Parts: sequence; C-alpha cells; structure tokens
Amino acid sequence: MSDITLVDLCIFACSEAFRDNGEIVATGVGPVPRLAAGLAKLTHTPELMMTDGEAYLVEQPVPLGPRAYDARKPAGHLPFSRFFDSAVWSGRRHAMVTPTQLDRFGQINLSYMGGTYQKPKTQMLGVRGFPGNTIYHPNSFFFPAHGPRVFVPEVDMISGVGYNPAKRTPGGNFSAVDLRVIVTNLCVMDFAGPENAIRVVSLHPGVTFDEVQAATGFELAQAGTMTETAMPSVEALEVIAALDPHNIRASVIKDNPPAVRAA
Amino acid sequence: MTARMLDKRMSAGDIVAQLSDGMTIGIGGWGPRRKPMALVREILRSDLKDLTVVAYGGADVGMLCAAGKVRKLVFAFVSLDAIPLEPWFRKARESGALEVLELDEGMFQWGLKAAAFGLPFLPTRVGLGTDLAELGGLKTVQSPYDDAETLIAMPALKLDAALIHVNRSDWRGNVQVFGPDIYYDEWFARAAAKSFVSCEELVDRMEDHYPDNAAANVFERCFVSGVVEMPCGAHPSSMPPHYGWDMKAFKAYADSARDPGDWEAVKDRFVGASEAEYLANIGGKEAVTGLPLPIF
Repeated sequence: MSDITLVDLCIFACSEAFRDNGEIVATGVGPVPRLAAGLAKLTHTPELMMTDGEAYLVEQPVPLGPRAYDARKPAGHLPFSRFFDSAVWSGRRHAMVTPTQLDRFGQINLSYMGGTYQKPKTQMLGVRGFPGNTIYHPNSFFFPAHGPRVFVPEVDMISGVGYNPAKRTPGGNFSAVDLRVIVTNLCVMDFAGPENAIRVVSLHPGVTFDEVQAATGFELAQAGTMTETAMPSVEALEVIAALDPHNIRASVIKDNPPAVRAA
Repeated sequence: MTARMLDKRMSAGDIVAQLSDGMTIGIGGWGPRRKPMALVREILRSDLKDLTVVAYGGADVGMLCAAGKVRKLVFAFVSLDAIPLEPWFRKARESGALEVLELDEGMFQWGLKAAAFGLPFLPTRVGLGTDLAELGGLKTVQSPYDDAETLIAMPALKLDAALIHVNRSDWRGNVQVFGPDIYYDEWFARAAAKSFVSCEELVDRMEDHYPDNAAANVFERCFVSGVVEMPCGAHPSSMPPHYGWDMKAFKAYADSARDPGDWEAVKDRFVGASEAEYLANIGGKEAVTGLPLPIF
C-alpha cells in the first residue's frame, strides 16, 4: 500500500464528486480534476460527457500531456461558441476547479487580491466564467495545498456565487447554486453543515481535524462521523496511470508524498 | 453595363486609418487563439489612443495596455493559457491606470448579442451573488411576468469597430471561418458599426474557389467593411488549421514584462516597423506555418 501516492488518493476522492451525475458535461480544470473526471467516466459514471480540453466531445477521456494532435477521437462538438447555450446556462455541467481563494460561504476568487477594483495589488486571471458557472450548475473544488491563504474568512473579490445571505439579491433565482465537494491534500469537505457551512467529511490517512482547522481561515464544521478518506482501488490506479502516462500528477502536491504518512 | 464589383480590399494601414481616438474596439479570438494580431500590431505602429478595448483577452490586450493605447478595458480574463497570467496586462492593472469593466465570459457574449440586436440590454442571472454588478455598475430588472424574477440587465457592448482574423475572405467580404472553435467572432462582427477582417487567404470571388465550404460563412458580408490579406496574421496566437500558437514567442514577450519591463525598449521585437519586417524577424511564413497545433 505504501506506493500509493496522496495525489492518487485525491484523484480518487475527486472522481466521487462526479458519481451518478448523469448526462452532463464533467469539466475538470487542472491535472487532478481532469483525471478525476476521466476516472469517473471510465469507472462508475460512463454517461458523463467531456471535451478534449479544446472543442470536441470525446467518449474516451484524453490523456494528459504530449500526444499526437489527432490522437483524440471526437464523438461530438462543444466549442466555446456554444458552451453557454449547451452546457453552462442549461445547467448541464459540473465543473471542478481551483480558485485562488475560497471563503466560509463558498464564495471564490480568481480576479484580484488586495487593493481595489481600480487598482488591485495583485491582478490574477479575471472572473472568467465563474459567476455564470456558480449560479447555473454544480461546482466542486480541488486544492493541492490546504492553507489559510486559500481558505479565507471572506474573499477579496467575489468571482463565484456562494451561500452568503448578504449577497442574495432579493427576487434573484439562486435555486441552482450547488456547491458540492472540496478535496484538498488534507481532507474532503462538503457544504452540508448548518446553513451550508463547510464541513469536514473525511480526513486523509494520518490527518487530524485540528490540523485541518489550523490550516483554515474560518471555523469548520464536522460530519457526524468523520471517516478516513478511501484508498483508490487497484482498478482506479490503473485508469489514472493510463490517463497520465507522463506522470504530470506527480508535480501537483509538494514533494508528491505517499497517501499514508510515514509513521 | 457592368455590375458594380464590391471591392472591400484595404491595407492594414487603411484599416487603422478608419479608427479614431476614443473609439470602442472589439477584438475577436480568445486568449492566445485566433487573434487579429497583425491588425493589433498596425494599431501599435499608429498614434491611435484612448481606446476602449472589448476582448476575451490575450497578448492583444497585453500589448495595447503596455503601449498605453487603452483607456478602458472590458474583459472576462486576460490569459495566454500556458502562461496563465498575462504580465503586461497585470502591470497595467496594478498601476491603477486602467479603467475596467470586468464581466463573466457568458455575460460578455450576451452583451455583444444585445448590441447586435440593437437592444439596450439582455437579462441574465449571471452576476447575481458576486461583486460584478456592484463593481461594474450593472443594474437589475424585474421580470414583468408572474415569476417577478430579478435579473441583471447586461448592457449592450456596442462596438465602433471590430477586428477579426479569419481563414479566408473574398474581395467582397464573404468570409470563411473554420477550425475547431470560432469563439465569438461572429458576434463581434454583428455588434460593431464596422468590422474589419484580416485573413490567411484572400480570393477574388469565393464561389469560384471554395463553394463547398459556404457553411463556414458564419457572418455575412454586410457585416464586413474592409478586408486585408495577412497570412500569419494571428501570430503569435494560434490559427487552426494553418498554425498553432508560438509559445516561445509568448514566453519571450511575457519575460520582457519583468526584464526590462519597459515596452518602449522591447516593442521593436514584438511589433516591428512593418508587418514584413515582423514576419522576417520571426523566421518568415515557413516558421509560422510550421508551428504545431496545440494539444490540451
């Protein structure tokens, strides 16, 4: 068991977020979420739809890293020019992403940190599609380095909708806001605490709740029974390895540690 | 009597001469893909200024910001993909010199559609529950029907001009736009009072050359005011199926934002005195058409 890595455990945990999601577009941005979506499709949820990362829908998830341009086999077409019509604004999508910050309401930020809208201290990407994604379809998150700079009491710029009562515009339809799962290098969390509070559901092997709390900038809830995060099956490990032939995932979590910490 | 021949051919210089200070200019493409970079470079060679730029931004936005051409930017992101954070754009933002309207990617195309249809706005849920509305001064409307839902009124993004790089055009502006994804180029064209297209290949009469590809005519010639043939005109962005992006060139451009960090000192490398000089500097057409298509 000692050769199972923490990143593979995280991919396995992330893939559970897509279980039984139905015929929707599973989008994983970044190596771990993307491998997780592919793993979900190839194991428990074959009805998932996904793209090759560009514009084509594929039934066989595309491996990460260098390969021939035409190695992917398009089964359909979902370009950005139709993305809002077909996937986002129809609610037929579940995205797993890594924003720069996430706060106690599940609000996310990838626009800027510090300073003001007129003069940000650190400009990042811009809100991209997050405002639309979060009001229209389910979203989950993966963070490779759980820490208080990521999990902040309140984000600097609200780029994605969360469960903050103060941001519920009267008369607005927030019924599709659906934040599902947060997987980090320490634990798995969801939004099922009191008033959608973020709640630790399972701890990775050897991690304590206190350690997670200390690495989080707001108070966390706990599931009634916190379990240990499940180890990936042999089948899952094989699928992950096949989808990542260049082992790009090894660089995601610092030092690529084993799933079970050394005693 | 001979029929009038619609001939919309122009030089890149003629196109830029149609633009004026203070205009709102839409730029087609998406991040490091399908950008009308040759026309952007022509703007960078001109004394045009105080522009409002509306774009799914890449190096087009970064360069125009670096050169001080942009008064206001309407954007959802500015990114070079493999280089996620566009350094010249960041510099401009962090200096506080840029007025901005930050939008969600979907709201952005909704605003182009509102402009295309001559509507003051189009309603959307997108933006509610975030800081966008407050920061951008976006107002809400209430549905007049029984649901009475409150929605954001996404204002029309009316463009004085749009710049778009296409695969083919004829003299009359019958374009053919193909490749895996054409992004929102057709809506930039329809949202603009005038659209100017550069193309990889220009022919006299499309019907005599590529009649079988007419389905690629994604916006009609009434939306095209001028055309110019500029092979490799999207470089360093990608233009499938002709060529991929030039990540080496993007990297050199991005690195120069730190060292020396002064646009005046590096603009000759990334803009050049003319497009011919620019192309020669990067190794000519062969170097560009040899760039592999990106994989994701």
